[in-house]
Amino acid sequence: MQMHDRPFLPRGVRLHHDRVRGVTFLLAPEKAVPLDDIGLAILELVDGKRRLSDISAHLARVYAAPEADVAGDVSEFLDGLRALMYLRAAP
Amino acid sequence: MTPQPPIAMLAELTHRCPLACPYCSNPLNLLTRDTELSTETWADAFRQAAGMGVLHLHLSGGEPAARTDLVALTEAAVQAGLYTNLITSGIGLTPARLDALEAVGLEHVQLSLQGVRAEIADRVGGYRGGFDRKMALAREIAARGLPMTINAVMHRHNLDDLEATIALARDLGAARLEVACVQFHGWAARNEAALLPTRAQTDAAKATIAAARRRLRGEMAIDFVPPDYHSDYPKACMGGWGSAGLNVTPDGRVLPCHAAETIPHLTFEKITDRPLAEIWYQGAAFNAYRGTDWLPEPCQSCARRDIDFGGCRCQALALAGDAGATDPVCSKSPDHHRIRARLAAATAPDADADTAFVYRR
Repeated sequence: MQMHDRPFLPRGVRLHHDRVRGVTFLLAPEKAVPLDDIGLAILELVDGKRRLSDISAHLARVYAAPEADVAGDVSEFLDGLRALMYLRAAP
Repeated sequence: MTPQPPIAMLAELTHRCPLACPYCSNPLNLLTRDTELSTETWADAFRQAAGMGVLHLHLSGGEPAARTDLVALTEAAVQAGLYTNLITSGIGLTPARLDALEAVGLEHVQLSLQGVRAEIADRVGGYRGGFDRKMALAREIAARGLPMTINAVMHRHNLDDLEATIALARDLGAARLEVACVQFHGWAARNEAALLPTRAQTDAAKATIAAARRRLRGEMAIDFVPPDYHSDYPKACMGGWGSAGLNVTPDGRVLPCHAAETIPHLTFEKITDRPLAEIWYQGAAFNAYRGTDWLPEPCQSCARRDIDFGGCRCQALALAGDAGATDPVCSKSPDHHRIRARLAAATAPDADADTAFVYRR
């Protein structure tokens, strides 16, 4: 994932807050991935408009962390989802 | 220990199906149309499921498109908040019906594939013209941008086409391919000798899958259910009994797994008699093999105890005569010789003479 890429959840993949377990899941075909607070914070910013750089800058502010570190973590997380076809990226 | 809520529900809407696949995993005695649950009973079941934490709903069968109320059922599932997946052969779905399903919010289609050419696909499905209709429907699904998994059901007669199967799934625009090697439950048990793949086919398939996963990373996801008779360890059936999923039969019986009704000492409750949550948490059938306390040796002291949970209960019953035994697939099972004997008989060089399919008709 490049800093200028705009990640998005493709059709058939979505966030779902499960009130029974008190957990938000990323739902994909035949898969349900429980998200921790960080995963959820990242994916709530994934909308196909924000670029990876926007998302990283925003989270670096919120968590008062170095932007380069945040960008590395966010990129790794999103690349993992992309490999599984749970996420795509527009240039 | 309190069981976790179920993740997924498989709704077997009907046992009716236009295909006659020899590997059909439905029971020997199929339920008839007059015993099927009503639209409203299913809709209530979907709401109960969502309320107790089910996330994925699989609308299955038989062929779910045989239900004239499929669109209404899908709409009810979507409105209940479930991620709704249609598991279909494609026969009985028209472009107009796809439009209607899409309009009510169907999220995903899993399309079965019996072979990559009409000759083999129609022979396996026992339905002339089925392959061409399926290909036309797959293109209709893709044209709508509706997410699609191709579920390739594989066995001795088509496993050599695995590379072509992967290519076809890509060509059809599937984001996901499930390569499901046949399991021998229900009707399929009658065709075990005709369908069991050879060891060489199994090894080749594993290598092909591994290479395709690397090559297609980020382009198409591939799930693989290997032929477990050739494995050293059993599959963790259903991710553990009463742990992650439940099935509902066309007449409303709630099962821990698709083939559980083959276990004669278990009694399965109906969704019309008791709330779904009570059946899941308190039902005797769901608690019969839940967790690991019931496991025999060699499972109890095995390092894989919490990985495969002793394997498949139905397979233990069918092959070892005891649903509470270690799955004979396991190389540590005292009954493992039964698997080796079946494989040897089915895949001997001269065995092909006796492999006519017994079709499900």
